[in-house]
Amino acid sequence: MRQTIVRNVAELPTYGYGPRSGPWWGAMGFMALEGMGFAIAIGAYLYLYAVNPNWPIGAAPPDLWPGTAEVAVYLLSIIPNEITNRAAHRQDLAKVRVGLIVMAVIGTALLVLRGFEFAHLNTRWDNSAYGSIVWLILGLHTTHLATDVGDTIVLAVLMFTRHAKPRRFSDVTDNVFYWNFVVLAWLPLYVLLDWVPRL
Amino acid sequence: MPVRMRTALVPFATLPLAACAGRQSVLDPQGLQSSQILHTIFIFLTVAAAVWIAVVVVLGVSLLRRKRPADQPLALHQPFERTSGRVIFVLGLATLVVVLGLSIVSYAGQRTIFAKDENALTLKIIGHQWWWEVRYEADSPHRSFVTANEIRVPTGQPVKVELESADVIHSFWVPSLTGKMDLITGQKNELQFTAKNAGVYRGQCAEFCGLQHANMAFAVLALPPDEFGRWRDHENQSANSPTDQLGKQGEALFRARGCALCHNISGTLAGGQLGPDLTHIGSRTTIAAGTLPNTPATLAAWIADPQHIKPGNLMPKMPLQSGELIAILHYLEQLK
Amino acid sequence: MSIAAEPREIRDDVLNGLQLSTQLERVWRTPSGWTGALTSVDHKVVGRRYIVTAFAFLLLGGILAILMRVQLAGPEKTFLSADKYNQIFTMHGSTMMFLFAVPVMEAFAVYLVPLMVGTRNIAFPRLNAFSYWMFLFGGCFLWISFALNVGPDVGWFAYVPLSSLQYTPTKRPDVWAQMITFTEVAALAVAVEIIVTVFKLRAPGMTLDRIPLFVWAMLITAFLVMFAMPSVMVASTSLILDRLVNTRFYDSSSGGHPLLWQHLFWFFGHPEVYIIFIPGTGMVSAILATFARRPVVGYPVVILSLIATGFLSFGLWVHHMFVTGLPQLGAGLFTASSMLIAVPSGLQIFCWLATLWDGRPVYRTPLLFVIGFIVIFVLGGLSGVMVASVPIDTQVHDTYFVVAHFHYVLIGGAVFPLIGAVYYWFPKITGRMLSESLGRWNFWLAFIGFNVAFFPMHILGLIGMPRRVYTYTANMDWAHLNLLSSGGALVFALSFALLLVNVIYSLRKGELAGDNPWSASTLEWATSSPPPPQNFDRIPVVKHRDPLWADSMSLPVVAGLSAERREVLLTSLAEAEPQIREASPEPSIWPLLTAIATTVFFIGSIFTPWAVLWGTPPMAVALIGWFWPTGSREDEE
Repeated sequence: MRQTIVRNVAELPTYGYGPRSGPWWGAMGFMALEGMGFAIAIGAYLYLYAVNPNWPIGAAPPDLWPGTAEVAVYLLSIIPNEITNRAAHRQDLAKVRVGLIVMAVIGTALLVLRGFEFAHLNTRWDNSAYGSIVWLILGLHTTHLATDVGDTIVLAVLMFTRHAKPRRFSDVTDNVFYWNFVVLAWLPLYVLLDWVPRL
Repeated sequence: MPVRMRTALVPFATLPLAACAGRQSVLDPQGLQSSQILHTIFIFLTVAAAVWIAVVVVLGVSLLRRKRPADQPLALHQPFERTSGRVIFVLGLATLVVVLGLSIVSYAGQRTIFAKDENALTLKIIGHQWWWEVRYEADSPHRSFVTANEIRVPTGQPVKVELESADVIHSFWVPSLTGKMDLITGQKNELQFTAKNAGVYRGQCAEFCGLQHANMAFAVLALPPDEFGRWRDHENQSANSPTDQLGKQGEALFRARGCALCHNISGTLAGGQLGPDLTHIGSRTTIAAGTLPNTPATLAAWIADPQHIKPGNLMPKMPLQSGELIAILHYLEQLK
Repeated sequence: MSIAAEPREIRDDVLNGLQLSTQLERVWRTPSGWTGALTSVDHKVVGRRYIVTAFAFLLLGGILAILMRVQLAGPEKTFLSADKYNQIFTMHGSTMMFLFAVPVMEAFAVYLVPLMVGTRNIAFPRLNAFSYWMFLFGGCFLWISFALNVGPDVGWFAYVPLSSLQYTPTKRPDVWAQMITFTEVAALAVAVEIIVTVFKLRAPGMTLDRIPLFVWAMLITAFLVMFAMPSVMVASTSLILDRLVNTRFYDSSSGGHPLLWQHLFWFFGHPEVYIIFIPGTGMVSAILATFARRPVVGYPVVILSLIATGFLSFGLWVHHMFVTGLPQLGAGLFTASSMLIAVPSGLQIFCWLATLWDGRPVYRTPLLFVIGFIVIFVLGGLSGVMVASVPIDTQVHDTYFVVAHFHYVLIGGAVFPLIGAVYYWFPKITGRMLSESLGRWNFWLAFIGFNVAFFPMHILGLIGMPRRVYTYTANMDWAHLNLLSSGGALVFALSFALLLVNVIYSLRKGELAGDNPWSASTLEWATSSPPPPQNFDRIPVVKHRDPLWADSMSLPVVAGLSAERREVLLTSLAEAEPQIREASPEPSIWPLLTAIATTVFFIGSIFTPWAVLWGTPPMAVALIGWFWPTGSREDEE
């Protein structure tokens, strides 16, 4: 077929932020399916809660302090996360470096807290269906937390190498975006794991 | 035209009648519930057949009819586009009305077949891999008894079966009497049916339950009420004591060779609970959960090598000499 | 940051004709030899592999079906033992659902969607390569296990407690559960790629109402995958945990419940049917428009129907559980919701009939399969209305009536369109036409064989034959219909053998196709057959829903993309306005290495929970390798 050039796109940028870029939509897609995974796990919890007359089964509810402390840290982490985001949009390499390091430290701290939370669940995965679902849900969220912390660390290292090019700032904003998802996912899970057994 | 279709399907409906194992067909309803379901099926089938024929006719006509001239594919005839849009809309609405109508028909049928009768005869059925434990429970323990793989019920009286499982999920299905219901681990389900006519109705496990799922059948014998009463009185009694020497020897061997570890025979020292109750085994029509008819030959073959007939079932092959086998067989035959 | 210092790169606006093609081909081609084979990220290479692999699994699953039909051809046959039969019916279902039906539809999407939306490669091409490897390894894992007599034997639905450690203390259910994880990872990856490809990589001007119906169908399918598959992943993971580390999800003595499994499984399992069927409708719409020689009547109606089907499909899983003792009113509501799906399905059928009514049908093999599809699928849909009714379902559930029903729906609704699609797109993929005369034989054998094989099963179910039985006694009077069915199955199998012969013959001797052998309207026909590595020398601009019918002589295009590195054009979501020239990845070995690491992790973890510990570092290393910039120019802007 004969081709007629009707437009020239040579002046378009080669990367972008947010919904303009491909990876952002990819991250959206993965968040949607992971969010669905959380929703299904919550549904399984509520199903077991509904069919069992006693809840929690043969255990005290989880101790409140680790989960609550996590909520506080998660919510506060949004601030440095957003600062990193803005620095990335401004392509301010120095600030992005600091932001990523701070976020990596916060993430690592949360992983430590998470260890305490497992220890204070007051049940084991093999005690009862209650123990199983609690461990599954917490494990699922921990996987997301650990993945994002890993990603943040890799990205932080990357920003200290010769690869710290403008395109990488788009990756940083996607990482920021994903962290918000990890935070957001935790809030309903916290209510479910720590408060529903106290109803 | 449900009636006409019913006639059309008669050849299929009568097929199972020839079988000696008992009727097992949705199209041969002998219970209140199965009759109601078949009625619902005919309504649905009529609608489905009408729709399918209409679609195929329209498809045929659209393939055969004279077409608009071979234009450019995009040269569309606007009046057709408008009309077809309207027709599609109306047909969509019609579909909606039909499915809502069918939903109501379905729900009405559902209410009827799941209606509860408080005066129903109650019995409990526990599914095992791969046989059925049947417990007739009454207020007083001496009116209660246990049997296996064979359920006798009175005609004309509602029967409630409580369904439980001892291991995996099974499903209780006697198509000639009613639809199926699962037996689920850790859950109690129930099902009611009323046999309209006396007869033998075969049932079969309908949920895949492992290696011998295919050989997990049972029979429902619907008896006239007085005959049922006599049978029930008889089942309440302990097992017949053997009357002859060979039978007595068989009873002793039944214990000595380990049979009694798994099988119960009321009124004797045999009190095993793992396998089917054999108190009145001699009066049952089949053995091994409907796998074989109950004859001396099949029972002997079964005892001699149950793993050959139904591989994987829990009954081991016992090393018996032929004399011992004959004695045990003779004993069991007397347990009428 | 140092762009200004670099020499200006060559763009496709300064090259023309052969010069441009050659230059782009050099940039986009998959390296030759083993390196190329293992590192390719070209959606056409991956898509072709995906299609061939899925058909290989169809062949295997079909052989199993024939073995079952031999066993059931008469009463009390001893051709297969109970153990073998149970493994075989489990393998048949699992293979057909997880290794054939879903992957083959995704495979066609992977190959065709980028071409149909007018771009150079799929979004996330490395993820795409990874997805294929995971699918391949998962499928091989299942089949090697089967060959080693560790094939799953608890049904493709693996109901607990039968599949629990207590009742199946072998590794067989673990193999099943982990195969699920493999294929779901693969499917989810493709779903994300398809969504982003359709959202962001459409040719300029391809607004939402100009997207081809096939692409719409694949987009909606991708969303269904995204929201349905997590459920079965939670299910299979919890089953493995129950079996491996003694969790109690399904242990009714510790607060677990067997029905939780059924809810999780069918919340996935029902949308699964539409994950298979909706791509089939996309194929039907594509083929019908081309061979009825007019656009499909009611474009918006078809799309809204597909979306409605997608939503409804999440609200009717309970109809698989009508005989588990659920509350009656609830079950009744699920009857209504299940039947409601007849409305959007019906609307689509009406649109297709109207298209044929007004069109001028060209009776080539693809159209024959579409006509066969309508006849068979409508019957299956109507028997579906029957099984949606609670009272009817109490009788026909888990009988051969249901076996007949879903084979009518799945083979009629998906496999017939698929075979039509093979005849339709084979020339695009290979450059050669399939033989038309063999195609006609193929169709008639398939149509007759299918109906003879599966129609009698309706009656078998009604006269009392349950599913999943390896044998039945002679006095059940099921023998004649079973024999008839087995005969039909052989004829049906023969039709696939004929397809294989046709493919092999036509690959060498088939008539050359040219760019657009069917005079079709969508963009994949605007490039050569088979398409060059870059798909299009210049990205087309879309001004009409049927661009090649609107103007069959000239193609409006954009210029300005790089001609010396891989670049794709990102456009806006709704209006498809050009936004970004984004780099597209080079071939890479890391997706394969990541897939190998993940495979070791998955298979290891059915033997020991410690695999989660020692399996993670290799995966992390592979992923870092995958994402670490290579230092090439597109990475460094």
